[in-house]
Amino acid sequence: MDIAVNILLTIATAATPLLIAAIGELVVERSGVLNLGVEGMMIMGAVGGFGAGYLTGSPWIGLLAAIAMGALFSLLFAVMTLSLATNQVATGLSLTLLGLGLSGMMGTNFVGQPGVRLPNLDIPGLTSFPVIGRLLFGQDPIFYISIALTAAVMWFLFKTRTGLTLRSIGDSHSSAHALGIRVIRYRYLSVIFGGACAGLAGGHLSLVYTPQWVENMTAGRGWIALALVVFASWRPWRVLAGAYIFGAVWIGQLHAQAFGIPVPSQVLSALPYLATVVVLVLISRNKRLTMMNTPASLGQPFVPDR
Amino acid sequence: MSADQDGTNLLEVRGLTKIFGTLTACDHVDLNIARGEIHALLGENGAGKSTLVKMLFGSLEPNSGQIFWNGEPVRITSPGVAKKLGIGMVFQHFSLFEALTAAENIALSLDDGSPIGSIAAKARALSYSYGLPLDPDSLVGDLSVGERQRIEIIRCLLQAPQLIILDEPTSVLTPQEADKLFETLDRLRAEGKSILYISHRLEEVKRICDRATVLRHGKVVGHCNPRDETAASLARMMVGSEVQAVVRAPVAGLEAAQPLLEIRNLSRKPATPFSIPLRNISLTVRAGEVIGIAGVAGNGQGEFFESVSGEVLQQDAASVRIRSKDAGGLSITGRRLLGAAFVPEERLGHGAAPRMKLSENLLLSRHATDGKAFVGIGGIVGSGAIQTAAQRIIKAMDVRKSAPDPEAAALSGGNLQKFIVGRELDRSPSVMVVNQPTWGVDAGAAARIRQALIELSRSGSAVLVISQDLDELFEISDAIAVMHNGELSKPMPIAEATFERIGLLMGGAEPGHAEHGLEIA
Repeated sequence: MDIAVNILLTIATAATPLLIAAIGELVVERSGVLNLGVEGMMIMGAVGGFGAGYLTGSPWIGLLAAIAMGALFSLLFAVMTLSLATNQVATGLSLTLLGLGLSGMMGTNFVGQPGVRLPNLDIPGLTSFPVIGRLLFGQDPIFYISIALTAAVMWFLFKTRTGLTLRSIGDSHSSAHALGIRVIRYRYLSVIFGGACAGLAGGHLSLVYTPQWVENMTAGRGWIALALVVFASWRPWRVLAGAYIFGAVWIGQLHAQAFGIPVPSQVLSALPYLATVVVLVLISRNKRLTMMNTPASLGQPFVPDR
Repeated sequence: MSADQDGTNLLEVRGLTKIFGTLTACDHVDLNIARGEIHALLGENGAGKSTLVKMLFGSLEPNSGQIFWNGEPVRITSPGVAKKLGIGMVFQHFSLFEALTAAENIALSLDDGSPIGSIAAKARALSYSYGLPLDPDSLVGDLSVGERQRIEIIRCLLQAPQLIILDEPTSVLTPQEADKLFETLDRLRAEGKSILYISHRLEEVKRICDRATVLRHGKVVGHCNPRDETAASLARMMVGSEVQAVVRAPVAGLEAAQPLLEIRNLSRKPATPFSIPLRNISLTVRAGEVIGIAGVAGNGQGEFFESVSGEVLQQDAASVRIRSKDAGGLSITGRRLLGAAFVPEERLGHGAAPRMKLSENLLLSRHATDGKAFVGIGGIVGSGAIQTAAQRIIKAMDVRKSAPDPEAAALSGGNLQKFIVGRELDRSPSVMVVNQPTWGVDAGAAARIRQALIELSRSGSAVLVISQDLDELFEISDAIAVMHNGELSKPMPIAEATFERIGLLMGGAEPGHAEHGLEIA
């Protein structure tokens, strides 16, 4: 039983950064902006979080620094693509390259240093409850944030007026502009929110997952988060499902490799990607629903004629 | 009706000017709108009507000039400001969100934060009271163009505006739907609201408008009472000269002529969830005749054109036959080699590559069919031959341009369209299929294009014209068929066709529709 609980806990830890980064990007893309810089914002969050935690000794300050770092870095993207109307794909890619390089430079002195870790939740009486105690009441704080964030984004997008406005901008920015909606302002806030989420996801890596700084420690998770958004057809609960499927198969194949199952390790390593794609494609079979949820103005720069 | 008690107009515009680069789209425009009047803004395409109203609605900023609202000078810096003043607008190209419901679309334009549930109820009540029934829960992407316009109008009315701007509202309606709209406008006028009505359809302006302001090349050329004018005198004011009338001599014995284009039981599944399927379409176009296809936009005309031109191939090769050969499985070039020519709806980006020269655009569409003439040994382009041909087309169609061989995008819409049509006519095709031949084209160029199509048919070719412009179809067609919801009616000989009969078919009335064996939509 203990083994099962441990496996479930590692799955949650693997899925959490993907979920947070993907939920942030989902909001960005719902507003019609494609930010391919998730990986770069995430690694900046990781280095910022580790550095602040290491220098101050407080993982909580590290957490805030990770969020601020991601948001600040995304502001660069926002200024370029929204105010200067540059190509979003090219700008996003360069944001990733810049983030990977810059974080490596900033982190030179952090390599090999012991980091601080965010403490797990510990509620006397509850956390020690058999089996479900640790699952429900004994995880790291970012896990709870990720679940609350998913629910909040779902509520915001589909139940609030501001969420409706955001979705309408993603559907047609010129129509939204004609209605007097401030397209650029909404997009700025969305992009910064996405950046903050990516930063938080990076902070999870360097403050919870492996509390140390290693160059390129995001290892492509930003790209997986990006793909999750598309395969989940821009719907929050599907992003959650996708992140956890990915996490589960990822952990499962690690154990399988450890057991020495006679399957080439490359095939096992590819399994999480394959399984996630297959499952999400299967649940997005309804073409009509997919069309309705796809932001039609995704990736197009908006320049109001004056 | 010119001004109210204290002598001020609801809206006064003085010397409004808007310059785009070297083009002065609006040049010191003056306009007065009184309370409770329907004021027409007349002008050809490109006369500056849309630019003017965009400035009134805050989506464009004027370079100079002043706007007075209730006698007070105002600056309308955004659509939000216009709405606060009490100006509402119904756009020509709708500003609706296809992936949202009607109620959500309406909610977005209201600022009072009322919950979506109550907006749906309000919208439903208002729509029925104005005779424009509306289901608030339907997805906009599923609605017809006429229904979408209703949403735009209801959305505008819910904001209780003093001035409503309608940009070419009837261009997407059947004649019967237009009548409905006029009743609504009459009622709004009776309630004391003002309406700025933009149109190039003179008969309807004469029918419903109290005053008119006429624009030409960005300048106001006159104010008048449209009821005192004739359609011809209004047209003269708009165009600045007499428009050449199109001449169409009736031809006899068409039934015996050789069929050049045959479409047999053509069906096509919808390409996207929001598009229209084609249902069992059959049509024959014979040598020497022009057949027109009428219909409200978005009823499958685009899908039909793609299937006939070969942009989309058919499963059944016999469903499109050109000069008695099965062409359903052939590409565009294959169909062109059989003697057909096609002019798509979109000029820039579809009919022509915008950033390429006219001569290059000529080569692009004709290198396969006229390879011998234009491409020499080893695939070397014969630029001399292309230049000669391009100049020949430019001369034949009277294309006006600023440079000897300009980029396609540098030409005005009318002149580019003349070139694109001329490029196909230059081949003397035996089958010509044109989608919206004169959309957005000025009256002079439109007359030229229409006359050229008639002449082509009289020289023994089969001509098929798809158009939303009923006046145009009545001018050039020997018979008119109507497309509705992906079905095509039997062609009605022009002698029997009336606006009313065609209008009923456009609205989906069954008589005359071909057998199809599918569900009644």
